[in-house]
Amino acid sequence: MEYFIQQLVNGITLGSIYGLIAIGYTMVYGIIGMINFAHGDIFMIGAFVALISFIIFGLTGVALPIILLLVLLIAMLFTACYGWTVEKLAYKPLRGSFRLAPLISALGMSIVLQNYVQVAQGARVKPMQPLISGGLEFFKNSEFIVTVSYLQIFIVILTIILMGIFTYLITKTDLGRAQRACEQDRTMTALLGINVDRTISITFIIGSSLASVAGMMFVLYYGVIDFYIGFLAGIKAFTAAVLGGIGSLPGAMLGGLLIGLIETFWAGYVSLEYKDVAAFSVLIVVLIFFPTGFLGKPDIEKV
Amino acid sequence: MEIKDIIQSFKDSLFTGLIALALFGPIVGLRTASKGEGLFITPQWGVVFLLVGLCILGRFLINLNSARKTEITFFSKFTSKFSVITEDKAKHFAITAILFAVVFPFLPFTDRYFMDVAIMILTYIMLGWGLNIVVGLAGLLDLGYVAFYAVGAYSYALIATTFGWSFWICLPLAGLFAAFFGILLGFPVLRLRGDYLAIVTLGFGEIIRIILINWYEVTNGPDGITGIPRPSFFGLPFKRSPDEGETSFHLFFNLDYSTMHRIIFLYYLILVLALITNYFTLKIRKLPVGRAWEALREDEIACKSLGVNPTNTKLTAFAIGAMFGGFAGSFFATRQAFISPESFTFIESAIIVAIVVLGGMGSQTGVVLASIFLIGITEMFRDLEQYRMIAFGGAMVLIMVFKPKGILANRKPTILMHGEKK
Repeated sequence: MEYFIQQLVNGITLGSIYGLIAIGYTMVYGIIGMINFAHGDIFMIGAFVALISFIIFGLTGVALPIILLLVLLIAMLFTACYGWTVEKLAYKPLRGSFRLAPLISALGMSIVLQNYVQVAQGARVKPMQPLISGGLEFFKNSEFIVTVSYLQIFIVILTIILMGIFTYLITKTDLGRAQRACEQDRTMTALLGINVDRTISITFIIGSSLASVAGMMFVLYYGVIDFYIGFLAGIKAFTAAVLGGIGSLPGAMLGGLLIGLIETFWAGYVSLEYKDVAAFSVLIVVLIFFPTGFLGKPDIEKV
Repeated sequence: MEIKDIIQSFKDSLFTGLIALALFGPIVGLRTASKGEGLFITPQWGVVFLLVGLCILGRFLINLNSARKTEITFFSKFTSKFSVITEDKAKHFAITAILFAVVFPFLPFTDRYFMDVAIMILTYIMLGWGLNIVVGLAGLLDLGYVAFYAVGAYSYALIATTFGWSFWICLPLAGLFAAFFGILLGFPVLRLRGDYLAIVTLGFGEIIRIILINWYEVTNGPDGITGIPRPSFFGLPFKRSPDEGETSFHLFFNLDYSTMHRIIFLYYLILVLALITNYFTLKIRKLPVGRAWEALREDEIACKSLGVNPTNTKLTAFAIGAMFGGFAGSFFATRQAFISPESFTFIESAIIVAIVVLGGMGSQTGVVLASIFLIGITEMFRDLEQYRMIAFGGAMVLIMVFKPKGILANRKPTILMHGEKK
């Protein structure tokens, strides 16, 4: 039982990270109907920016909460630039092209980003000393002590706050309204005087910022990153987006949590070596048996 | 051009510079390196300023000439001229290319290194042709093709090392295994739409690789399988001193022993295998099933209403593509005499897909040109190992942006109802 609770806590933490990345996938899919394959690598770049800023601020000796806030903002800003540029260079010229063109272009972009970071930052893994240590312990009398670290609490709370802001942005502001309108009918939205290109750019900026937060959490949580983390995390987050119903924002978060839980429980109870297989199998099973996911709208094919 | 425009484009380029600074500043400018305990930062501002300067200059020049448009038209004009030439003379080109490939090992400048590169290019051509059946003809984007390559290689290696059967028995078996896997994997997923299918096949590719790494008892894990038997020339091994009761190749033909014999034999082997793949594809395009593939690629709903079973039709494409991938895999195993999961990563799939897409989906000649271009060029820049993948990915993006149908766009249906439209 204690072991189960520990896994649950770990799974929720991991799920928060996946959920934040998944939002980027689901938003882009909703608005332009493409799988942004390079999104995982945007997450990786966010992690690197966060790592670099942690090192710089670590030298200044500022208080920890301020460092966290600054790093968060810096990572969001710089990573958003990447998201914006990738969209401008690789996807915008392809609107109206045949279906697979943006996917292949995204694949190329993903290879570029990965190798660019490898060249710029080196291929070695980058370790970082833990910044937030300690935690709460439960079930002290039993054999297995359940630990909820402060870091885990921080990650989950930050995710909840970001989700709140994000939901407000999408449901209540003009920007969100424009975005939802673009999702439904881009031509009509353009006719009504909304700058569709700008809305799409902003979608990429928001998605990348959330991914960069996930990147920062990843650095803090695992304490080690390399240029290759984006690939697996990207696939898992995509699975999360599909599981929740692609195009649905609450679905992405729910899917992220589920994938995080499935992965942790699989690693905890079934087999550690095959934990990545779990995520892929879930992806395949979900796509085959309910391709619309939990909260997605059914996709009717018309002539 | 007025002075206002120049100022405008100057402002625009400065903005580009600002973005470039934001992009390159942290990632390129602040290189992290571990020294002892913890990470330290080595600033590299010189490189950043160089990159930013290049971006500003490039943007300014593009704006000045509004070169963007002319560049695009130049590019497409060039490539379309190219495709017209090759379309018209496709047959001549094919015959010349095959003749060249046949005499290649005996040309005076051909040495061991050239032969190795040529064998590698031919392997990719074969893989490209195999995948072309799936991607080019049936229109299914398969990002996990390397899985079948791996299945072919491993089944060849396991059969050959366990039972000691000869290459010519193991090869079809490996192909069959790969085709079987193609059906096994294809059956549940082929109902999915284009981009979902791409991601699921990618997932399958990774699953196969993870299994190969972790299933120690059979695959020997990350250490791979060693001592895979080399092929023999119809029973004559390429050995300096053959075992008791055996005659080796050079003794049988009364030649001096040379390691090149084996290389040349391997070269012809992969050449023949690749040509078989090509011949098969060209023939099957004219059969009902080939027609159904192309029809499905163009319009799935129309196909359904005409009574074509999409799942079965796609499945045949998937299985046949997988079979050729398996053949190529067993060739790879016998050439290397050693295989490990490291050879079958996702990037390998991406390279094969890039070859097919770059060549123009569905074009057999395009695959050849793209393989020579991608593998040959990257081989030349072997020393710049790190940069070549950046260039590779960049090329994929550029080609999609400027020429989404590939160098030789050949999506012409093989047959039209009222003859060719002019």
